[in-house]
Amino acid sequence: MATPLTPILTAHWDDPDSFTIDGYSRHGGYDALPKALAMEPDAVIGLVKDTGLRGRGGAGFPTGLKWSFVPQNDGKPHYLVVNADESEPGACKDMPLLMANPHALVEGIIITCYAIRARHAFIYVRGEVPHAIRRVAAAVREAYQAGHIGTNIHGSGFDLDVVVHSGAGAYICGEETALLDSLEGRRGQPRLKPPFPAVAGLYASPTVVNNVETISNIPYIIRNGVDWFRQFGTEKSPGFKLFSVSGHVRSPGVYEAPLGITMRELIDYAGGMREGSELKFWVPGGSSVPMLTAEHLDLPMTYEAMAEAGTMLGTATPMVFDQTVSVVKTVTRWLEFYKHESCGKCTPCREGTSWMTGLLETFEAGHGQESDLQIIDDICHQIAGRSFCALGDAAATPFPGAMKYFRDEFVAGTHTSADDAFNPVASTVLAGASTR
Amino acid sequence: MTATIPVPADSSPPPVDGVSITVDGVPMTVPKGTMIIRAAEQIGVEVPRFCDHPLLDPVAACRMCLVEIEGQGKPQPACAVAASEGMSVKTQRTSEMAELAQRGVMEFLLINHPLDCPVCDKGGECPLQNQAMEHGRSESRFDLEKRHFDKPINLSAQILLDRERCVSCARCTRFSEQIAGDPLIELFERGSKQQVGIAEDRPFDSYFSGNTVQVCPVGALTSSQYRFRSRPFDLVSVPTVCEHCSSGCGLRTDVRRSTVLRRLAWDTPEVNEEWNCDKGRFAFAHAATPEFDTPLVRGDDGILHAATWPEALERVAEGLADARGRSAVLTGGRLTLEDSLAYSKFARAVLGTDDVDFRARPHSTEEADFLASVVAGSGLGVTYDQLENAPVVVLAGLDPEEESPIVFLRLRKAARKRQLPIASIAAWATPGLGKMFGTLLPTAPGAEGEALSALARGGDTLGSDGRRIAALLNEPGAVILVGERLATCTGALSAAAALAHTTGARLAWIPRRAGERGAVEAGLLPGLLPGGRSLADAQSRAEVAAAWGVSVDDLPTKVGREVDAIVEAARAGAYNALVVAGVDPFDTRRPDDVIAALEAVPFLVSIEVRPSAVTEFADVVLPVSTITQRAGTFVDWEGRTRVFGQVFRTSLALTDARVLAMIADELDRPVGRQDVAGMRKEAAALAPSGSGRREVPSVAASSVSASSGQAVVSTWHHLLDEGTLQRGDDDLAATARTAVARVSAATARAAGLTDFVTLSTDAGSLDLPVVVTDMPDGVVWLPTNSHNSNVRRVLGVDHGAIVSLASGGGA
Amino acid sequence: MEIDDTTRDEVRAIIARYPETRSALLPLLHLVQSVEGSVTPDGIEFVAEQLELTPAEVASVATFYTMYKRHRTGRHHIGVCTNSLCALLGGDVVWKSLSDELGIGHDETTADGEFSIERIECQAACTHAPSVTIDWEYFDDATPASVSEVIAKLRAGEPVQSTRGPVIRDFRATEHTLAVTDDGLAGEGPSADHRMLAGLTAAKERGMALQDTAAPASSEGEN
Ligand SMILES: Cc1cc2nc3c(=O)[nH]c(=O)nc-3n(C[C@H](O)[C@H](O)[C@H](O)COP(=O)(O)O)c2cc1C
Ligand code: SF4
Ligand code: FES
Repeated sequence: MATPLTPILTAHWDDPDSFTIDGYSRHGGYDALPKALAMEPDAVIGLVKDTGLRGRGGAGFPTGLKWSFVPQNDGKPHYLVVNADESEPGACKDMPLLMANPHALVEGIIITCYAIRARHAFIYVRGEVPHAIRRVAAAVREAYQAGHIGTNIHGSGFDLDVVVHSGAGAYICGEETALLDSLEGRRGQPRLKPPFPAVAGLYASPTVVNNVETISNIPYIIRNGVDWFRQFGTEKSPGFKLFSVSGHVRSPGVYEAPLGITMRELIDYAGGMREGSELKFWVPGGSSVPMLTAEHLDLPMTYEAMAEAGTMLGTATPMVFDQTVSVVKTVTRWLEFYKHESCGKCTPCREGTSWMTGLLETFEAGHGQESDLQIIDDICHQIAGRSFCALGDAAATPFPGAMKYFRDEFVAGTHTSADDAFNPVASTVLAGASTR
Repeated sequence: MTATIPVPADSSPPPVDGVSITVDGVPMTVPKGTMIIRAAEQIGVEVPRFCDHPLLDPVAACRMCLVEIEGQGKPQPACAVAASEGMSVKTQRTSEMAELAQRGVMEFLLINHPLDCPVCDKGGECPLQNQAMEHGRSESRFDLEKRHFDKPINLSAQILLDRERCVSCARCTRFSEQIAGDPLIELFERGSKQQVGIAEDRPFDSYFSGNTVQVCPVGALTSSQYRFRSRPFDLVSVPTVCEHCSSGCGLRTDVRRSTVLRRLAWDTPEVNEEWNCDKGRFAFAHAATPEFDTPLVRGDDGILHAATWPEALERVAEGLADARGRSAVLTGGRLTLEDSLAYSKFARAVLGTDDVDFRARPHSTEEADFLASVVAGSGLGVTYDQLENAPVVVLAGLDPEEESPIVFLRLRKAARKRQLPIASIAAWATPGLGKMFGTLLPTAPGAEGEALSALARGGDTLGSDGRRIAALLNEPGAVILVGERLATCTGALSAAAALAHTTGARLAWIPRRAGERGAVEAGLLPGLLPGGRSLADAQSRAEVAAAWGVSVDDLPTKVGREVDAIVEAARAGAYNALVVAGVDPFDTRRPDDVIAALEAVPFLVSIEVRPSAVTEFADVVLPVSTITQRAGTFVDWEGRTRVFGQVFRTSLALTDARVLAMIADELDRPVGRQDVAGMRKEAAALAPSGSGRREVPSVAASSVSASSGQAVVSTWHHLLDEGTLQRGDDDLAATARTAVARVSAATARAAGLTDFVTLSTDAGSLDLPVVVTDMPDGVVWLPTNSHNSNVRRVLGVDHGAIVSLASGGGA
Repeated sequence: MEIDDTTRDEVRAIIARYPETRSALLPLLHLVQSVEGSVTPDGIEFVAEQLELTPAEVASVATFYTMYKRHRTGRHHIGVCTNSLCALLGGDVVWKSLSDELGIGHDETTADGEFSIERIECQAACTHAPSVTIDWEYFDDATPASVSEVIAKLRAGEPVQSTRGPVIRDFRATEHTLAVTDDGLAGEGPSADHRMLAGLTAAKERGMALQDTAAPASSEGEN
């Protein structure tokens, strides 16, 4: 039997006012707040720990555990910073969430801050998304007006301020320490760890950084409890997840489903491959994770199964590519992205991405030298595990992954350009039959 | 190598927790928190590095220093991982993982690096070049187009940047931000376009900019002064000590044949660490060219003619023959300890006069008493280390960034690293105070003494800041630093000494010039003999006479005159002769009077390195060696002896001490050969014995106030200004701060000032741009000797004087 | 840079949002762009003064982020995503036709100052590929024809509705939104569009029970 979809965060997105406090409250929104405020903060942390919720920002770190690292009674202010930078190629699940259901995030923030004893939360939203910024900023204002945020919230003695902060165009600011530097008004370059943000983060004070979706889960968890949450997903990957399925499927979009659903099922829900289309390769969680092929369609989409298959669940935002696509072009564009987004701090990523991109471009143009394939591979190895942050590792990922399945296509790049090998129009939505 | 200064036993540092680790299989114990890269150095293993610098916060950006740590899947940056108990580290010598990682990084660093080593200033002393030779591939695998930038750009008049050579290690930007507190250069752009830069029209005018050239691990930063001038392998490096201020920096002077090509900071952990200021680094034109070849003797035609030494000495002997007891000696503040001792002896034993004073600057009797009682013979007092670890530092009449830049760096370091509270008794919060995160105790000129006394009474009248600082002053190790200009604030030095006495705080005097502390030790003040001894004290006189090998009866007994009194006496015809060495009349409070005195005195001997305002009136000019031609000792503000050798060993030019010995011979009052070794022996013999200390002054504080249309002058020197020793270094001068006049908003309003102010006295007037500043009313601040702002020369006044204010018309 | 009283108040309000003033740097640079259309040296000096930083510190930050423009932007700033997925699904084609139509390339502005265009990176709109933004307002599922039509309408001064938010204003207006985050337009645009609703729709079509137990009664039952 197919794994059923589980619209939870997405359940009421078809309400015309789903993004307002009324729309949210109509379906039980802000019910979790008094429940949480009636608990001891540590009990809230314990409960989240028990759910096994793992961070939805890509790394899958257990959320409750992260919260428990925040030293208590240290006399320093604590901060919650919500990572709404969503810039990973392929990832497009946080922005719809902010647009359609921002109050889930806001309620989650209030509860999280109560748990970790933070009085100040920041929502760092990438700058290029005014539509999402407006919605979340409006939700914060509504929550202030309703007394959910502010001083002495609902008589609990708990005070909180929430600030929506716009970024300004830099993928690296999704990396949590770069984000903190950026939020402090600096260049978004990652920081040395240790100290970890939980100990010395924003303004050198204990700080929790969590993804939008992670925090948006919190009200639902508080409302419904540990067992409810754990009925979805697997032991190691409990819960449900927003999967944004993009590419050559008939109906790309956001699908909320339990972790452990398979890609075949997701493609099926997405209406199957577009007309005349055959799956060539897919990427489970953004461009930073190695690609898979049709043989992997029945693997459960969990952190553990994806790791076993040599890739990662990442942001769980699969991109699907059909036979019209040039792997060489796809990988080259991704590398151009990493080159463009490399922050410049460390040598391997700064120099490696631009060298690799330069070489890949020769293959895309059809005049690569076969021996350079080895050099590109060497470059990947010279970056992976040696760069300052995970962006470098990410940049070293697409090429070896692609070579594993499509070496011939790269070799063909020594004489045939990607556009000659693959009609560039064929892969477009205009050429594809229906995409509804 | 001893001089007069005894070194008190240093309190040993507190024990630190050790951790046991192995590096390449060698077991060792290092203090907790030690970075692996430092630990490896201790067993002689150099892990290659570019961004790492022991005095900068680690960034681990270049990734050159990757090593293997057992149990970790990925290589780790040795510069940023602290040793922890049981850690097993394998460097490139024993780990393939580390070796491969380093080789990979090296290859990346070279792909965009121009291989222009043969024309690069850094060629031959370049870590990148050395690494490439040791670990690099012989042939580059990179055959795409290299990153290209337009060739060197000026970050300032003095500092140039060649962006193609930059490896983005951020040492220069981190230095500027962390050490100097001048974030004027920064990383711009990102990714492979990342580059060092400045904001538009905002040059890198930091007093410490030259250090960035020194810390740059490649040839990306160069100085206009040294650029293309030499190759490192053509240079001979000599350790020297800076002759500019009393910070006492250890320097490295690089010479080729007979030319100084550059100066760098020498790694001197107890003093300047690895830094120096741009004045010390770049202002050495003065030392490069001895400007007199021979002695000069004024002929009957009234003109100075070249003469032989015997001719000149004979003439001097004639002129000084009847000057015993009717002469005076003025020495300026730039002599070495050896030369100061020679003048001290020459004045007393040869000329029989106690009219001797080194203070070619505003001074007072209170100051002389203070120096004689508190400073002279006190040995190594407050040290840099103690500053760094003090519970509080109070600055009175001292702006360290301008007047003793290494003190500034050390204070900033302590303020940044351990929140050292620093308070300044001054008219306004200078940029330097801001960079030390310091607190201003706003004080009008002349009121410094009152402020110090207020602190002694618990600081109540100085508000909450005052109370906090006053309380801290009672903690062990608290420090009070007083600057040169307190000499002009009646009662201030007395109050400082009293404050130290009541609180138990330690007190140090920080003069501006490198030779001043040595001059105090040598007794170049009326009534003061070497080693803090008093002329009035019989035992002191006996000790000194013995050390000098003269009869006690040869020494004067009457306490002599100070500079201002000497000048007055000279004008009144009280002297037959004056001996003047290294004095610029324009440094004194009343330059006109000094010149009149020089003119009036029947016989004037000028002992000098180069022509000066004194030359014009001298009867005989005796040339002496420049700082590079001689060995010697400076005593820095701490009381630390800073011994240096001769840069140009073959120079035949004579030191002041040798010249004085020859004059003494000619006068038949021989004092010995007075070579450097001899003078050092004499210095040791004159070490303080504790006898005959003068009383600490207790002059009551009195303050000045201005009536309407007037203001009290607050003034001190900019580090880079029109000082004699900075002449000829134009690019350096171009980085100096512009002179402005600062007044409070109320003062500006009252005097109707808008953009410019005209300051005037009966001697002259200055026109300066006005900057409204948070400061006491009725006060105007301006730099002492900057372009368009020569307070002493033009206005004939100094700190604490009254001037008239009027709206100015613009310069 | 001309700063009026409203802007001055906004500057104060932005700085007041943060426990440490330097955090206001990014929003203030957006505010500068809302006044000047780009980050000018004047704007950098202004921000430096407000935050007590050196101009170098501000410029260093300004040049790190791609949304801060160093030269004049058009009244409308158009971005076309040409990252892999969008490029393949039509972004390249859209880019080429847009660039041809306006006669300008990446990071260039038309002579009349109306439009500037930029190849942009992934906009988190992959499900709506190819993604185009006009003054950063989304224009999802773009085609060469739809973009051409938009250009014509903007030229003619006719209203152009973005797919997720309000009628297109101009580049500076959006920069102002980013700086102050409240422009009163949060109600514009749908709750979610058909792609964001794809999963919910599929679930409803298949009669899959909503798993949200928000209904007051069910919360205990599930535990
Ligand atoms: C280059 C890079 C980009 C990232 N971008 C994002 C992002 O846009 N959003 C996000 O939530 N996490 C992102 N992350 C992961 C964050 O560093 C961090 O792990 C996450 O925000 C933690 O939240 P979570 O525990 O809720 O997942 C990124 C990491 C890297 C290395
Ligand atoms: S890997 Fe290095 S250059 Fe790349 S983003 Fe991270 S720190 Fe910056
Ligand atoms: S020296 Fe360690 S990373 Fe640069």
